[in-house]
Amino acid sequence: MADDVRALSAQLAQDPQSLVFLRLGEALRRKGQLEAALRVAMNGLERHPHLADAHDLYARILADKHDYERAFDEWDMAVRIAPHHTGALKGLAFLYFKVGDLAQAEAHLEQARKVEPDDPTIDQAIAMMHKGVSPAPEPSTPATPAPTSALDEARVFAGLEGANEGLLLIDGAGRVLGGALKDKSGTDVTDAVAAYLAGVSQEAARTVKLLGLGAWMGLSAEGQNGNVHLGHPTPDALLLVVRERGMPLGRLAILAQRATLMARRWLEKQ
Amino acid sequence: MSKALDLITRVRGVRGAMLVSAEDGLVVAEQLMEGIKGSAVAALAASLAGRLRRAMEAAGTGSSVFWHLQAEQGAILVVPGDASGGILVVAVAEPDVNIGLVRLELLRAAEAVL
Repeated sequence: MADDVRALSAQLAQDPQSLVFLRLGEALRRKGQLEAALRVAMNGLERHPHLADAHDLYARILADKHDYERAFDEWDMAVRIAPHHTGALKGLAFLYFKVGDLAQAEAHLEQARKVEPDDPTIDQAIAMMHKGVSPAPEPSTPATPAPTSALDEARVFAGLEGANEGLLLIDGAGRVLGGALKDKSGTDVTDAVAAYLAGVSQEAARTVKLLGLGAWMGLSAEGQNGNVHLGHPTPDALLLVVRERGMPLGRLAILAQRATLMARRWLEKQ
Repeated sequence: MSKALDLITRVRGVRGAMLVSAEDGLVVAEQLMEGIKGSAVAALAASLAGRLRRAMEAAGTGSSVFWHLQAEQGAILVVPGDASGGILVVAVAEPDVNIGLVRLELLRAAEAVL
């Protein structure tokens, strides 16, 4: 985690305009370094005042600090910017529950469910709320498995089978937009893989164009120890899905199609 | 070599097959329908195969033994060089081709080439 923070800080220093502040702020929040997380989030908000994810990050840090009033304002702002922002909707549901407004809490969770019908955590939250248990956990102690390193991982692929592993979304220049990858030994290989994949999209497009095959739709590959599928949610972005060799290529392609759709929706919101 | 390519082009929906040097992207042997630019496809397929190999090795999946690029109006299917001594076995196919069958024939061809 410390390494993550160092690496993310370095990335942000190199490109202060980048969205890496979202991941850095989240990493610091998860470490409990709330003041540092707050500074990162506020700096990010200054640069990206209309980014719903930035308000969402800020709200979660404020909620961790038990500043629920301001957290409410920030989540409210996130929903005004992006009405389908499920993170903010769940955050608002959590706050409504805390003040005993169960109707509003449920209404916000239902709204989130309409956006992400496959997100099992929303159903769980509604069920828990009916039992009188807090529907959305305190942000610092998520009930669902936490993403390995990236805030975006949860955002982009929430509800997808294996959403916390083996998914990577990059832009045309090889910059990570969401997700993370680890090899079998647990080493983070996100940046290395992203760098190698940069340009694959253009190269695939050139190849099929040359053959008069129209636009490329996906690339499936069978490896010695695992299978991968590449898709492109937008012309510039590239989505990589990595799974064990036991998952057949056909099933992997179906999973990748769902992930591609989610990534496209997420990119459109940005 | 032409016998190996025969096995692939006999599959319904396959428009052509090639053996390509993975190292320099040059055509080693080909059986292509009219209009397919073999040398250009070979160069791009080799380049794409190289990128994929590096990315997959970095991701910990090991080098690829088969990949296929799906497009709106067709597909390219490849058994990369690692499985066939530095030779890529490449097929260009219609979109509704039986991918499983072409994969089998590509792997057989790769074995025959070795």
